[in-house]
Amino acid sequence: MTTDSTLLSARGLSLFFSEIPALVDVDIDLWPGEMLAVVGESGSGKTTLLNVLSGRMMPDAGTVWYRDPSDRLHDVQAMPAPDLRRLHRSEWGFVHQDPRANLRMGVTAGGNVGERLMASGARHYGQIRAAALGWLQQVEIDADRIDDLPRTFSGGMLQRLQIARTLVTNPRLVFMDEPTGGLDVSVQARLLDLIRSLVSRFRIAAVLVTHDIAVARLLAHRIAVMQRGRVVETGLTDQVLDDPQHPYTQLLVSSVLQA
Amino acid sequence: MLRTEALAKGFTLHLRGGLHIPVLAGIELDVRRGECVALAGPSGAGKTTLMRSLYGNYRADGGRILVRHRGTMLDLAAADPRTVLAVRHETLGYVSQFLRVVPRVPALDLVAEIAIARGTPPDRARADADSLLSRLNIPARLHGLPPATFSGGEQQRVNLARGFIGGQPILLLDEPTASLDDENRAVVVDMIRQAKASGTAIVTIMHDAATRDSVADRLFRLTSLQEAA
Repeated sequence: MTTDSTLLSARGLSLFFSEIPALVDVDIDLWPGEMLAVVGESGSGKTTLLNVLSGRMMPDAGTVWYRDPSDRLHDVQAMPAPDLRRLHRSEWGFVHQDPRANLRMGVTAGGNVGERLMASGARHYGQIRAAALGWLQQVEIDADRIDDLPRTFSGGMLQRLQIARTLVTNPRLVFMDEPTGGLDVSVQARLLDLIRSLVSRFRIAAVLVTHDIAVARLLAHRIAVMQRGRVVETGLTDQVLDDPQHPYTQLLVSSVLQA
Repeated sequence: MLRTEALAKGFTLHLRGGLHIPVLAGIELDVRRGECVALAGPSGAGKTTLMRSLYGNYRADGGRILVRHRGTMLDLAAADPRTVLAVRHETLGYVSQFLRVVPRVPALDLVAEIAIARGTPPDRARADADSLLSRLNIPARLHGLPPATFSGGEQQRVNLARGFIGGQPILLLDEPTASLDDENRAVVVDMIRQAKASGTAIVTIMHDAATRDSVADRLFRLTSLQEAA
């Protein structure tokens, strides 16, 4: 049996936007190296969940626990702001649907990657540039683009640059909000393959929010289905998608067009 | 190696007003080391449902699915998701009828990654994948290409290579020879016999009776609950 400890655990998360329930009594567990997909239609609370889990938003009730590398538990919502910021700069990463939310468009590609390393304490210019170059290559951006500005990049390249910037500090936990949303299908496939190989190679745990259940199937070990702020079904990805138990999951799965 | 006790499975269709369709009830299947059991029965009797339940792809409604995992019998029907993944990884291989993989990944890598995940060094895994694909008559020039453009038979053979390279002690094969020509079917029959000889317990569904009889030690018959009712 698997008895090892969770990396992230949330219990009883609730959050209301005036009368509208965004989260209702949500429990989430994530183990090291595991990819959990959160699926559901727009407005189901998936992105809110991601924001609360990552401490970017306060819930009305409930707790999120994070276990650091020295096995200490931290209450994410009670953590002092500087500690949380430090976490977001190093052990954690956040990949936004729109890479512009995370990148600095007036700084070169290499600078964007190196900057996060510097923010987490690196000082040696040569090493920072070498690390940036290494990560650009990991995400399949040509080395000779290192001094180009992101605004000369395509949407898919920007997303890959954001991923390089996020992973350069070797995070153990990455939050991803629709990372393949808004991209052409061919670009999406390449990005999916990239994310999948990087998270497995570096044993990164991830919470992936997506409305695309095909993306969840290809990437996630486990899946949580959300409807109106509640997790209505959770389990092994292929089990939930192939043998859905909850009426809403059955509707979601049966509504997908077969490609 | 694999045993079910009073296994039951049905489907509740919430989109059809909660209609419940029972498919399996009281299934007592027992598969030993080195044995190949073929599921038999008319279409709709629940062969694929049983197969998918054995893999943990479908959730059992009742009963137990006991699998020999790390030296003890573990109930897959009661296992948490992460345990199911560990059982699949180490103990339980599955070849489905269709190949479903990340686009853009070359066939060779798709096969090798299974062995790499099980701890084989990457170079060895790639060499093994290469020889397995070649044995299944996938020409070397296709090994570096993603299987999306392959024919149905070629995709199935990539799928078979993924199933066999892991060397899990229990193997579930759902129509492994369905879209293969005689020559490739013979290769697969050979691979199944070889796996059996090395102690692998196999459960399979094969519609082609001749192929089935050439590998199966016995048949496990399923009858449709719908007709019996």
